[in-house]
Amino acid sequence: MNLEVLVFYLFASITVAAAVMVISARNPVHSVLFLILAFFNAAGLFLLCGAEFLAMILVIVYVGAVAVLFLFVVMMLDINFAELRQGFLQYLPIGGLIGVILLVELALVLGSWTILPSAGGVAAAQTPAIGDITNTDALGRILYTHYLLPFQLAGMILLVAMVGAIVLTLRARPGVRRQSISAQNARTKELAAELKKVSSGQGV
Amino acid sequence: MVDASPMTGTEMMVELALIVAKILAIVVPLLIAVAYATLLDRKVWAMMQLRRGPNVVGIFGLLQPFADGLKLLTKETIIPAGANKGVFLLAPVLTFTLAMIAWAVIPFGDGLVLADINVGVLYLFAISSLGVYGIIMGGWASNSRYPFLGGLRSAAQMVSYEVSIGFVIITVLLCVGSLNLNDVVKAQEHVWFAIPLFPMFVVFFISALAETNRPPFDLPEAESELVAGYQIEYSSMSFALFMLGEYANMILMSAMTAILFLGGWQPISIFGLLDWIPGPIWFLGKIFAVLFVMCWVKATVPRYRYDQLMRLGWKVFLPLSLFWVVLTAGVLVGFGWLPVKG
Repeated sequence: MNLEVLVFYLFASITVAAAVMVISARNPVHSVLFLILAFFNAAGLFLLCGAEFLAMILVIVYVGAVAVLFLFVVMMLDINFAELRQGFLQYLPIGGLIGVILLVELALVLGSWTILPSAGGVAAAQTPAIGDITNTDALGRILYTHYLLPFQLAGMILLVAMVGAIVLTLRARPGVRRQSISAQNARTKELAAELKKVSSGQGV
Repeated sequence: MVDASPMTGTEMMVELALIVAKILAIVVPLLIAVAYATLLDRKVWAMMQLRRGPNVVGIFGLLQPFADGLKLLTKETIIPAGANKGVFLLAPVLTFTLAMIAWAVIPFGDGLVLADINVGVLYLFAISSLGVYGIIMGGWASNSRYPFLGGLRSAAQMVSYEVSIGFVIITVLLCVGSLNLNDVVKAQEHVWFAIPLFPMFVVFFISALAETNRPPFDLPEAESELVAGYQIEYSSMSFALFMLGEYANMILMSAMTAILFLGGWQPISIFGLLDWIPGPIWFLGKIFAVLFVMCWVKATVPRYRYDQLMRLGWKVFLPLSLFWVVLTAGVLVGFGWLPVKG
């Protein structure tokens, strides 16, 4: 068997197994760790496609930042594991439905490429020949040259969402003593301490 | 990715043996370097405090690292009863492994690199951003208060400083026009990036200290408040792996500083007088210099308070590095100096 195919099946099977473990692990911290394993193997799959930039970005953004925050939150939660398991069957139909919808959508997209060759042409448009330039370069051209405005718009939407989240959770609490770094740094020896000459037996 | 001609079995075996030999040629000297980095750290620290440091085992204490290693090897591995065993043992192994695999993309000389990949800088950044997992997993799995606090602190700290490291790397990449580390070094043939990008050099060095949990940012293991942070419950080899990983990360960050700002394996050009010294020697010399400064900082600067640490990361370094990205991009485009490929 071809080595590349063998490696693909290795990565793919670990990804699927880790994904199953994410939802079946008893301990939520273990779930997050399996999620990280799944991300890693997905990055490996990207590498196999020759998309090294996407692979690295997946590791940096999802494993290096997002999953750290997940782990951070999950570790601090005080969870009753037995209680958590009870809701599993209750939410199974909804979760299953969402899964099926995603699967159908994926099948429709991929199916349209094979059924309608012209649709495949649209999907593959503007892609420079591989080998001509690195895929970092190719992605840069697509995002910053061909689709600059939509890309900037997506960035703006994310910014607005972030500002919105901060505004929603920010509350002004009265009576909180705040630290002023500049005031602290501006303090001198003369302001902070007073020297007194104390004659013995008299006190200050 | 796609091979032009399929290799035969023997060719494949030869290729595999060659790769293994190359890996060993990097990892074995690296491990010895890590052992001596611990000695360097202690010696520099001692000298600055007018002490002698380790001087009993071997001349000048040169065999001290091996004595320490042997001692740790022969100790008993203790796993706390309440610990999450799998994660507890995985954490030090992960720390150590990550510190080792990053060296695959480091160019020691012109083209002298194990894996000359297009996205070398991103690979390094990805690996260094994963370093937090060893600590956070160790802290959580110990199932004890101090390690947990240490783990949380380190997670917050490393994520904060990664952001500014990312922006600094972007600034350098703007001047290079490539993500390949060999290209980064080659772009510094005439002038080291430490000179035009001096503020970024400083930001990167301080962020590197924070990223490796070195003093003055060693809050995850602050002895005075957290005893030893995430390392408390570890003993024997599991502790040794944490230690080795930490020092290997230090050397890695020094190497990154050397590559991004100090011209990597490029010689210091004094009318070509010193050009006869081979590139790898230059590179190792620069790593050593940065490493020395790291030890120097440890001996001279007091530990930051936690809120000061967060303020420095988010309110000082982040705006400053963001400003420099915009400024560098503006200057490069404005003067037409942007390195354009293809």
